[in-house]
Amino acid sequence: MRETNPQPAPTAGATILEVSGLCRSFGSVKAVDDVSFSLSAGMSLGIVGESGSGKTTTARIVVGLERADTGQVLVQGQDRTARHAGRGRAHRLARARGIQMVFQDPYLSLDPRTTVEAVLRETLRLHFPKADHTGRIAELLGQVGLGPREAAALPRRLSGGQRQRVAIARALAVEPAVLVLDEAVAALDVSVQAQILNLLADIREQTGIGYLFITHDLGVVRCVTDDVIVMRNGRVVESGPTAQILAEPQHPYTRLLLDSVPRPGWDPRHIAAARRAL
Amino acid sequence: MNTPTTVPTNVPTSAAANVPALDIQGLHLRLPGTARPVLAGVDLTVAARETVALVGESGSGKTLTSRSALRLLPLKATTQGAVRVAGEDVLTMNPDQLRRLRTHTAAMIFQDPRAAINPLRRVGDFLTESLRLNAGASAAEATARATRMLEAVGLSAGALRQYPGQLSGGMLQRVMIAAALMGDPALILADEPTTALDVTTQAEVVGLLDDLREQFGTGLLFVTHDLGLAAAISDRVYVMYAGRIAETGPADALFNRPRHPYTAALLNSTPRPEAPQGRLAAIEGQPPSIQEELTGCPFAPRCRFATEICTERMPEQLPVPDEPSHLVACHHSDQLAGSLIDA
Amino acid sequence: MTTELVRRPGLARIRLSRTKPGRSWLYLLCLGFLVLIVLLALLAPWLSPHDSNAVDLGNALAGPSGVHPLGVDGSGRDTASRLITGARTSLLGPLGVVLFSTVAGVAVGLAAGWRGGWLDSLLSRSTELIFAFPGLLLAILIVSIYGEGLTAPVVALGVAYLPYVSRLTRSLVLAERERPYVEAYRVQGHSGLQICLRHVLPNIAPVVLAQSTINFGYALIDLAGLSFLGLGVPALTPDWGRMVFDGETAIQSGYPLSAILPCVMIVLTVVAFNVVGERWADQVARRDR
Repeated sequence: MRETNPQPAPTAGATILEVSGLCRSFGSVKAVDDVSFSLSAGMSLGIVGESGSGKTTTARIVVGLERADTGQVLVQGQDRTARHAGRGRAHRLARARGIQMVFQDPYLSLDPRTTVEAVLRETLRLHFPKADHTGRIAELLGQVGLGPREAAALPRRLSGGQRQRVAIARALAVEPAVLVLDEAVAALDVSVQAQILNLLADIREQTGIGYLFITHDLGVVRCVTDDVIVMRNGRVVESGPTAQILAEPQHPYTRLLLDSVPRPGWDPRHIAAARRAL
Repeated sequence: MNTPTTVPTNVPTSAAANVPALDIQGLHLRLPGTARPVLAGVDLTVAARETVALVGESGSGKTLTSRSALRLLPLKATTQGAVRVAGEDVLTMNPDQLRRLRTHTAAMIFQDPRAAINPLRRVGDFLTESLRLNAGASAAEATARATRMLEAVGLSAGALRQYPGQLSGGMLQRVMIAAALMGDPALILADEPTTALDVTTQAEVVGLLDDLREQFGTGLLFVTHDLGLAAAISDRVYVMYAGRIAETGPADALFNRPRHPYTAALLNSTPRPEAPQGRLAAIEGQPPSIQEELTGCPFAPRCRFATEICTERMPEQLPVPDEPSHLVACHHSDQLAGSLIDA
Repeated sequence: MTTELVRRPGLARIRLSRTKPGRSWLYLLCLGFLVLIVLLALLAPWLSPHDSNAVDLGNALAGPSGVHPLGVDGSGRDTASRLITGARTSLLGPLGVVLFSTVAGVAVGLAAGWRGGWLDSLLSRSTELIFAFPGLLLAILIVSIYGEGLTAPVVALGVAYLPYVSRLTRSLVLAERERPYVEAYRVQGHSGLQICLRHVLPNIAPVVLAQSTINFGYALIDLAGLSFLGLGVPALTPDWGRMVFDGETAIQSGYPLSAILPCVMIVLTVVAFNVVGERWADQVARRDR
């Protein structure tokens, strides 16, 4: 049925990502309101919330696509807050080496005119210009379960699952310490989703990379994360080990989220009432 | 049977007790340039006042099946079989009958409400348009009905004057439900109506659909990829794979005692909050491409119970022993008997 | 995809054939015609039966004959030879206009769309100023300053066409910029300039080039119009537009052939470019869907 893995021992407990006091407003709306968390090497942290919770904005700030109004982002001890980071090629590359991202839409996150092999080659050429790339490309493709047939293909010839594997390979090619997955499996079919989640678990075991997993799906978060923070309206309402939070939620919003997961014997009507009560 | 009145009343006249809201028999659908039919012999019924879920992944044919009830098929498609909505075969209708069907008898709620509504017109225009143009209702009558429908879905009459951009996703989907109810249909088709919504909003919308089904006496066909959601809200479930019905039966029977290896595998590979952390039992491989010809069971290449007969002969839909309403199309459906899936 | 393709109505209806999209007879006909014209232009010195500037006043305004298959003009010059030789300037001019406007327009549109902000405002307002001038009047103005010759009208029209190309490019870049893959490349560590040139530009190029093909036809008409007004190529050049101007007296004398034939050539060539260009634009649009 389902194999259970014992919790992997945290490798040296080195903190690879530390976020403190992030704030970001769009006009009068506080999208991110005083968010702090940290991630250790080889661990997986989930950020759970609905739309408007600020989880995606937080992820984008951490990766450098958005600028926070206040707060700090430290990747492997280096200050990577967009406001403080320097400009210029060296800084750009150094930031990319620390943290990478896999996006939600597998098709739109790839350039439609570039083949899979060309995508990986571009990345390798940017970060490791002196090395020979052919071997490494084959290695990366093997790591995500793709072969030479997919290497020569354009994105539109690939299925959603295959495209997402390419996106993962592209992120891994940079050899980052942290991988941010922004709803990376939300657009996939259930059976494909399971394959990708297993792949991600394998990769974490093999490379010791850390995951920041953004999702709205509590089942996914249970399956793939060690710790979780729950966000609502920009604030962190609850945080802790995933198993504990999902088994014994303290905050009423977390309880509401858990109740909203459909299962036999489920009564959707009192969820509406509970939601209004919040 | 609905006779075309100018403004339908709330009395569920269309729910003539014994005529099923939807009755699909032996539906085959072929698109040009493909090696096998997209739909290969689909049988599906939705009785009045019943919620039936149709579950499948991409490429299974679930969306096309639901669209066939409104004859919203691709231009070059060829069909065989019968699709009866409230007793009338949709596939052989002329354009006038089809228009009447789409106005009064059946309605569809699509996945993305923002894509299904014109952002430049007000919500009131959208709701009343069909009745005013197709049923000859006056603006006042249509608006009165629209107001009643909006109240039934939990929105105020003020929404009539708003533009779609001013409403949230959840509210917009309620507007779409109200629009579906405007013509007092016998059948509502919901194609993944909650996939684009938050989980908490999903719960509300699903609860609403259920209430309205009771209140207005319509049949509801709920298409989804989420087997858990299907089992939680419907009376009966159909599971589709590669254009065929793999298994069908009462919701709890399917969820707790699946007999088709695909249904069981789908349940096993769905991550759930109450399950322990760890790897999922994922199904290897991919569904067969539409360019591949199939001789035996389409799931055979990925099935752990597959034997020679599975690749030679297409399994028939047969009832499970002791459960006459639980049908499964598998040569080895007895392999799963007695095994319980974690709920 | 929102693109602005300036289409002349009516032709599209003829073009839609009942057969598969690849087999439109009108498209093939127009493509063949264009190939013919280009060949004529390239091989003009060898193909034209007579010297296009050989004057023979005794034979002025004669109709078609064995020696002169399409007749002669008011100065006795062979019309057929002038048409063939005229293909050169008639194609060269629009080519220059399209090259100039495309290269400059794409550069301006890319800069405005990609950077945004004050650069976008500056460039957009400037190109809108050019929009405000009717292209032909701008050309006349510049020609009247710089005198006769092909260069001045070509540059002038190039500038007049630039805003069309830059506006199209800018809107395409704005749309493309929002696509997740652009962000993905930024996260990967590529610089904005690299992404713009290596990824965004190749993705929008087909649409812009299809539009430029259509612009070719318009440029031909505008240049011919300038020549017809006497502002353009010098007096004796065999150029289709100039031939219409030179044929004024011929028309007044009642022997219009030497003036009508160049008109026919202009119309046919412009139509052919439009059909081919629209077809290419449709293919591009269909492919991206």
